[in-house]
Amino acid sequence: MNIWIEQQRALIDFTLASLARRKARNLGLLAVYTLLVFVLASVALFSHALRHEATRVLADAPEIVLQRMVAGRHDLIPPGYLEKIGRIRGVQKMEGRLWGYYYDPVIKANYTFMAPSAGGIERGTIVIGAALERVRGLAQETGISFRAYSGKLYSFVVADILPHDSELVSADLVLMHEDDFRAFFAFPAGHYTDIALAVANPQEVRNIAAKLADALPDSRPILREEMLRTYASIFSWREGIVLAILSGAILAFVILAWDKAAGLSAEEKREIGILKAIGWETGDVIRMKIWEGVLISLTAFLVGYVAAYLHVFRAGGVLFEPVLKGWAVLYPRFQLAPEIDGLAVATLFFFTVVPYTAAVLVPIWRAATTDPDAVMRS
Amino acid sequence: MIELIEVRKAFNQGKHNEFWALDGINLNIEAHRVTALCGPSGSGKTTLLTLIGCLARPTSGRARFKGEDISGLPERFLTQLRRRSFGFVFQQFNLIRGLSAEENVMLPAAPSGLPQQVVRARAAMLLDRLRLAHRRTARVEWLSGGEQQRVAIARALINDPEVLIADEPTANLDTTLAREFLAILESFAGEGRTVILSSHDPLVIQSAAVHRVINMRDGRIVDDN
Amino acid sequence: MRRLVLPFLALAVVGFAMTCVDAALLRERHAVRIEANHVLAKRLGLTDIALFTEARYTRHPSQADRHAALQDHPLALEHFPTGSLIAPPRHIARHEYLDRTTARAD
Ligand SMILES: Nc1ncnc2c1ncn2[C@@H]1O[C@H](COP(=O)(O)OP(=O)(O)O)[C@@H](O)[C@H]1O
Ligand SMILES: [Mg+2]
Repeated sequence: MNIWIEQQRALIDFTLASLARRKARNLGLLAVYTLLVFVLASVALFSHALRHEATRVLADAPEIVLQRMVAGRHDLIPPGYLEKIGRIRGVQKMEGRLWGYYYDPVIKANYTFMAPSAGGIERGTIVIGAALERVRGLAQETGISFRAYSGKLYSFVVADILPHDSELVSADLVLMHEDDFRAFFAFPAGHYTDIALAVANPQEVRNIAAKLADALPDSRPILREEMLRTYASIFSWREGIVLAILSGAILAFVILAWDKAAGLSAEEKREIGILKAIGWETGDVIRMKIWEGVLISLTAFLVGYVAAYLHVFRAGGVLFEPVLKGWAVLYPRFQLAPEIDGLAVATLFFFTVVPYTAAVLVPIWRAATTDPDAVMRS
Repeated sequence: MIELIEVRKAFNQGKHNEFWALDGINLNIEAHRVTALCGPSGSGKTTLLTLIGCLARPTSGRARFKGEDISGLPERFLTQLRRRSFGFVFQQFNLIRGLSAEENVMLPAAPSGLPQQVVRARAAMLLDRLRLAHRRTARVEWLSGGEQQRVAIARALINDPEVLIADEPTANLDTTLAREFLAILESFAGEGRTVILSSHDPLVIQSAAVHRVINMRDGRIVDDN
Repeated sequence: MRRLVLPFLALAVVGFAMTCVDAALLRERHAVRIEANHVLAKRLGLTDIALFTEARYTRHPSQADRHAALQDHPLALEHFPTGSLIAPPRHIARHEYLDRTTARAD
């Protein structure tokens, strides 16, 4: 055991001494490798945590949202619709929802206006999301006016601000009284944006959706599982974009690493011959090279991963902000809970360490099996 | 100590350019002596040294080291034997560029599993003895030819081998350095090592440090005294 | 300096282990917040998260019309993959002029 450790120490010493000969080049390679791991790990950690958060927070969204479609577009639910649905077995609760978008030309941002069916908001007052508070410089008891689509100006008093750590779901919300909502958007009485249905038995949801579609051919039921799936796919789609852009970088790195690791120079071949002549076994040469591959790739993996963890969960993923923000003016400030996908981390580890080490090893195998007496003739 | 019986060595055997570099060598090399292989270029001196030093196996014939037949040993055992019992000083020195003198000297000990401190102390001792202590951390390509050869000698001795093998050791040295080298050789024989070298340098062959000269030509021994 | 490589690697391994510990502690702390958000989302009947507010179909992707892209604000980020790679055509940027002169939103 002791002998084994001492052997490995000696092999590592030699490998490091070898690498130190081209310090700038090898450190550069290590830096690029680490950066690559950092970006990949950041994307994987961020998107997994975000998906997890979205599914947890939206776990109790309405089982079914019923939209009315006119010419392929979402339209208002006219009066009498709720009655037309009547009583479908299994539907626990059914209510019309009032919500809509408002584009604020002052800061060129979109808000989500909503009149909660639970009520609880006085007329003439609003409850706003924290991003709105920040961007428009609002506070409790301050007033704000919005110009309605009719051209009329409406003034509200900010009654309350939604909790700051709920920004991920509430950043752009403006909650108001139903009467204010209808007046502001000139929403005719009896009309609703859409209908939310609560279903007691999850097994029934699909049946009920089918019945709804039958009863109201111009409607589109959206199931909660579809909403949640939207989230699963939208982030993997964005993740896919990042990967697509990165694949160029990955490819460049692979070529670089292959060139560095696999392109065995005449000099290296000569060195392996010398090592064999002075008493190294083929296995020693290979072990030494494995150490080279493992040291570089393991360092890249560990440093890159730890940096990515700190970036995503301790620094709020600041580097992603420009990507995710897109054209949005209102951007939620949020910290994600570090839900980590062990399989993804293991995959990243595998694909960081194994291919590189293999690339280092393949050509050595060939060189290390040559005859040691060739050295006498160089 | 080393016994060769009817040893032959072919290169490219069975091909159109088949060449017998050694053709029926019978030889017995005694321990604790300095033996020189002598002969013109191409006479097979280097080839014979590779067989003696376990770097290659004879095509036919037997080779014995301390009574044990080594001509049929598998590669692994040959390597171990080579590491423990033989030290090599190559004609071109074959040091690893970019590494320091000390690192080069320590290399053959890496697979042995000896503690690093022990090996380092031993390397320091050898370099000191060869008057290279001040160049310990210098990269080998910055050293002069004579210094490089002394690093190569120190490297050959790091595993404390019984046999030291040197191929054309004075080919790259001037007269003063060659004399110095012979003096070093003599001291090794004096401490009980067996030294085998090849040379066509009269300075070596006529030297009092060399106990036995074996003359070769065309892969055969022509004269032995 | 070379002597620092192995200790550094050991440090990195410790760092990796630390991220696992840190994650466990942070998860505990976040559990309260996530539960509060869950309750808020349930009370308001929220269907989407407010990560991308630039257009309807990015603000409420689960509620958007099929093929909703570009039916909204013409400068909105395109929903389809190309949108992430190509900027909107120049001429539609003039929509901003309308915003200013009509005082009518959207
Ligand atoms: N690998 C090889 N393949 C073919 N011929 C070789 C090889 N190595 C040596 N020889 C030939 O064997 C002969 C003996 O070579 P060598 O032992 O190097 O002689 P010396 O060391 O006495 O100059 C030479 O003619 C050389 O060309
Ligand atoms: Mg020769």
